[in-house]
Amino acid sequence: MKRFLSFVKKEFHHIFRDTRSLIIIFGIPIAEILIFGFAINTDLKDARIAILDYSKDATTQRLTNKILSSDYFILDRYLESENEIEEIFKQGEIKEVIIFEQNFGKKFEKEGKATIQLILDASEPNTANMLNGYTHSIINDFVQKENNLNQHNISIIPTVRMYYNPDLKSVFMFVPGTMAIILLLISALMTSITITREKELGTMEILLGSPLKPMQIILGKVTPYLILSLGNVATILGLAYFVFGLPIEGSLILLIAESTLFILLSLSLGILISTVSKTMQQAMLISMIGLMMPSMLLSGFIFPVENMPDILYYISFIMPPRWFIDIVKAIMIKGSGFDLIWKETFILIGMTMFFIALSVKKFKIRLE
Amino acid sequence: MIKINQISKNYETVKALKNVSFTVDENELFGLIGSDGAGKTTLFRILTTLLLSNEGSATLNNINVKNDYKKVREIIGYMPGKFSLYQDLSVEENLNFFASVFNTTIEENYDLIADIYKQIEPFKTRIAGKLSGGMKQKLALSCALIHKPKILILDEPTTGVDAVSRMEFWQMLKRLQTKGITILVSTPYMDEAEMCDRVALIQNGEILSIDTPKGITNSFPYKLHAISADNKYQLIKDLRNHDNARTVFPFGNSVHFTTANNNLNEEELYNYLMTNNHTNISIIETTPNIEDCFMELMKPSRG
Repeated sequence: MKRFLSFVKKEFHHIFRDTRSLIIIFGIPIAEILIFGFAINTDLKDARIAILDYSKDATTQRLTNKILSSDYFILDRYLESENEIEEIFKQGEIKEVIIFEQNFGKKFEKEGKATIQLILDASEPNTANMLNGYTHSIINDFVQKENNLNQHNISIIPTVRMYYNPDLKSVFMFVPGTMAIILLLISALMTSITITREKELGTMEILLGSPLKPMQIILGKVTPYLILSLGNVATILGLAYFVFGLPIEGSLILLIAESTLFILLSLSLGILISTVSKTMQQAMLISMIGLMMPSMLLSGFIFPVENMPDILYYISFIMPPRWFIDIVKAIMIKGSGFDLIWKETFILIGMTMFFIALSVKKFKIRLE
Repeated sequence: MIKINQISKNYETVKALKNVSFTVDENELFGLIGSDGAGKTTLFRILTTLLLSNEGSATLNNINVKNDYKKVREIIGYMPGKFSLYQDLSVEENLNFFASVFNTTIEENYDLIADIYKQIEPFKTRIAGKLSGGMKQKLALSCALIHKPKILILDEPTTGVDAVSRMEFWQMLKRLQTKGITILVSTPYMDEAEMCDRVALIQNGEILSIDTPKGITNSFPYKLHAISADNKYQLIKDLRNHDNARTVFPFGNSVHFTTANNNLNEEELYNYLMTNNHTNISIIETTPNIEDCFMELMKPSRG
């Protein structure tokens, strides 16, 4: 145990005395979250919308006011007919058109049910999704308040049409994806580099020639990265929650447990990479091109997996981040419990055990 | 005690070691001399359990390096070719780390490393990467000794270290020997051979000779002359062109010369050099040193 602790201490010395490591571990996660976050935020502020009001009554006026009084929308113009929609979307200024059906107010009060149509410019799918989401929640809020006021049980049914990209399914949520990529970066990339560094410097020769067991060497090397990665999970969630107001609907403990599982998986991948590479450069190349790139492209982080060609779709099955992103989305956004994500969890556990077994088998007790 | 029995090692098509056998006695200071690529490091890695030989076997204190590698790792102190230290850790942190790797503390074996460590102790908070070559070497040796090994294996510990530090280093090894440690050390510097109890000369993966330094110099079969003149470069050229020339090696300020019939006519040679316009010519018979012997042994056999 003392051996192990002094190993961990030594490893922390390596990390904290190397500016580049520090930047990667502490700078990149924060920068990435902020960049992704604010890039999306600016899109959402002051989106220009048009309103086509066939009803022109007090209710539609109240709802319009409510929508416009939010920070998100600016009224560009009122439309007179649906024929204009095509034209204004082509101009590209207006991102959303809201259409109130005829006799909206009357139906709302008498039948307790009215229809509102939202048409969105989905050429920027993320923006469209977010705008759609915001409009929905404003409408829901409006309905709820009306109900409370009148003791009625009425509803507004929004129907949504996505222009230009009608199949749009993915909800671009940058936090789960960023989390997966950052954990991979720190756990897999940094671990593989730090282990190969010992090989390159020749210190591995001394460690191997000492009575240390391979398992002790590995655990000593990866434990600091496990701790730092958990710190990063906290940072990312903190930023997402406090800076961007992203809610965590599900259990925080479950989320942290699943993150730990994913970190272990990434660490075992890092160890595996280090066992097959002789130099730091080699380890870096394998991690970046063999692991990070496919993870970014095939995990659903950037491109939705549902839209991929069959081959890539099936390849995405073996991408660990794909499952992790699903899990994080489910917990954070849908508030799912373990009963809904056990399948993904077991896939990750299976992968972790596979990679650990493989790296233990591949780890050499000698130099070749 | 180290016993090496018929060890061969191949790297793909290259034969790095060919049937190497020798024994290092208990408490001996044994030198392995050879140029770069001779196979020294490969042999040491086999002895330190880091590589497996293709053929043959070796034991350290009667423990087999292949089957009982874990036990071997307990009793050896190994200093690899490059001073394998953590460059970003301080002197003290390096030493503490290696002590804990071997489940011991600096204090526990302090007497063993004391006279080495005392020299670097004033810099104990300095980062190892910022130490001079000589100090790095001392730190690496301290790290290799921290667990009181029974056998110390040092791979070219003096390479890249200044002459004074090299001398000091050998003195340290001598002192360690008095504490009962068996020491196997490799070096490319032939002059260091004289510091060892016995030396083995290795070339192209083969052991050419094993003897005491004295035994090696005594076995030199030729009369040796040290010849000097003002223009050393021209002197070497002209000596090589001499009919009776056998070997011509520059050594320090002079040139070591042996003849084919082992009978040098000094007057004839003097006149030969005079006619070739040499000045300040001096021809003195000299006793061979270890370097002469090695150069002789390493001469590719004729025929």
